[in-house]
Amino acid sequence: MRTRDFLNLTGTSLIAHRMRSFLTSLGISVGIAAVVLLTSIGEGLHQFVLSEFTQFGTTLISINPGKTTTSGANVGGFGTERPLTIEDSEALKRLPYARAVVPLVQGNAEVEADNRRRRTTIYGSGSEWPEAYNMRVKSGRFLPEDDPVAPRAFAVLGSKLRQELFGERNPLGQRITIGGSRYRVIGVMESKGTVLGFDLDDTVYIPAARALSLFNKDTLFQIDVMYEEGTTVDTVVDGIKSLLEARHDREDVTITTQQQMLDVLGSVLDVLTFAVAAIGGISLLVGAIGIVTIMTIAINERTNEIGLLRALGARQSQVLSLFLGEAIVLAAVGGLSGLVLGIGIAQLLHLALPALPVHTPVIYVLLAEAVAVVIGLLAGVLPARRAALLDPVEALRSE
Amino acid sequence: MIELAEIHRDFLVGDQVVHALDDVTMTIESGEYVSIMGPSGSGKSTLLNLLGLLDRPTSGVYCLNGQDVTSLSDIEQAQVRNREIGFVFQMFHLVPRLTAAENVELPLILAGMLPERRKTKVADVLEDLGLADRSHHKPDQLSGGQRQRVAIARATVTEPRVLLADEPTGNLDHKSGTDVIRILEQLNERGITLIMVTHDPEMGQRARRQLRMIDGRLHSDVLNSDHVHHGNEAS
Ligand SMILES: Nc1ncnc2c1ncn2[C@@H]1O[C@H](COP(=O)(O)OP(=O)(O)O)[C@@H](O)[C@H]1O
Ligand SMILES: [Mg+2]
Repeated sequence: MRTRDFLNLTGTSLIAHRMRSFLTSLGISVGIAAVVLLTSIGEGLHQFVLSEFTQFGTTLISINPGKTTTSGANVGGFGTERPLTIEDSEALKRLPYARAVVPLVQGNAEVEADNRRRRTTIYGSGSEWPEAYNMRVKSGRFLPEDDPVAPRAFAVLGSKLRQELFGERNPLGQRITIGGSRYRVIGVMESKGTVLGFDLDDTVYIPAARALSLFNKDTLFQIDVMYEEGTTVDTVVDGIKSLLEARHDREDVTITTQQQMLDVLGSVLDVLTFAVAAIGGISLLVGAIGIVTIMTIAINERTNEIGLLRALGARQSQVLSLFLGEAIVLAAVGGLSGLVLGIGIAQLLHLALPALPVHTPVIYVLLAEAVAVVIGLLAGVLPARRAALLDPVEALRSE
Repeated sequence: MIELAEIHRDFLVGDQVVHALDDVTMTIESGEYVSIMGPSGSGKSTLLNLLGLLDRPTSGVYCLNGQDVTSLSDIEQAQVRNREIGFVFQMFHLVPRLTAAENVELPLILAGMLPERRKTKVADVLEDLGLADRSHHKPDQLSGGQRQRVAIARATVTEPRVLLADEPTGNLDHKSGTDVIRILEQLNERGITLIMVTHDPEMGQRARRQLRMIDGRLHSDVLNSDHVHHGNEAS
């Protein structure tokens, strides 16, 4: 039998029962659409988060006070750990491969300029912040290198805060009050937008030591170290570890590399992917059962036709492939429409919620369609085999 | 030429063996016109199915054109059915979703013939059987007689040497039944071997050779020497 004729015959029987074929395909369609939609969102999220992370470069290492085990429990929780201090940060600067070291204290406070007030995020930081975080100063300058313990009262504004406090006026050289202390504005940052949910424009940067006293804290929230490219992470981590151990007499900090963060992210997304696969798998299983059911019904209805085909000289294998072909076409058409449906909904979603990134990799599309075809094959094989093995005389005689 | 030697066909019904064919031996020359008559359940259909290679004998040898076909594989038997044998059934067995022409085309499609050749063959056969204007009709738009003519077209489009008809007029009124018989006889006159099962004595007696089955056995085999062919006479 020629392929064209084979497809024609398969087509006519599916078209003869349009409604039934449509509903059966729909089962597969919904399954594939669900998988494609969810993976599109998952993949989009993945890429989004990944780019958020890596825009700071991959040579960032963060140091937090307290030793946490992999399970996240804080072991040194009996007040035995030493605070992470500005002096620690200064010591880290002397590591040979440290390109930028940024102490960080973070909190909320009211900022006042003339008669405008705004509650905003305060970043207590150091002069190397723009380099470590790949940020630029729009006007003026960033916090200068200064006496780390007693720095001058300078402040740098995020673009949004600048707009809120000063409108169109030039803020450079103006005085602002943060938590009762007066600061002089020496710079304004370029707009950075939101990164991982933090609005980096609605902020003010002040020297870390001043932020510590503002929030009445003795320990830094974090120290970020950006190391020279070409140095291995392990070298840097070991260097930081031994330096801080020497200073604190024990290992009482948690060091997180960019790679570790990406790994954690990856494992979270893996769980997500598994959940998607499970949901998709269940709906595809339901679709497959639909195909088995409908093919069994079709073969019962067309027993006569099977006997006739045999009488006209069809081999068992031809009968088998005809019915298998119908099952595969049902699944493949369902798969295709599912792809269109899934990608369509994903794009509509993206139009409606531009913040939600979607991305459908071509390989997923091909894979989904291949899965649909394989489902058709698996679901069709039993009914089709039954058709092929029918006794032609019995088949012709059946009502 | 068809040669049957000591053919048995047993069916197991429950724990009882039914001898549907019981030691049948006979020879049918090519070009013959044979009718098979007998009471219901006497094994006529079983014999015809066996001749058409839709069924295998429990024992015995069946030679078609000098070749022992009982030992052929499923694939080889399918090929013989496709090339050498045409079937006409009481129930027509047309595929309802296909047009008359598409139904007739089926055996050629199964044989893998090229579309252009198929189309002319189908058109010729339909024309021959007076169905040219019905070729695009679906079976449910055709009368019983027309349906059986489409089935005959389908059985003969591959130019088989043997035409097997199991009660071809059983579902037709007298007039269209006679039309169908006359078509079959015309095909026989052109050389095809016609073997027809019928329980209608009037139809059966038109054949030159008349077999009678009773209880799975060949009861009588009458060659009607002064047989007058009914030709185009109306009945
Ligand atoms: N598949 C079968 N299983 C059991 N018995 C069968 C089968 N086919 C035919 N028979 C029996 O064989 C006998 C001959 O049947 P059949 O050839 O159909 O008779 P006819 O066509 O002469 O009416 C009957 O007794 C019938 O019941
Ligand atoms: Mg019968």
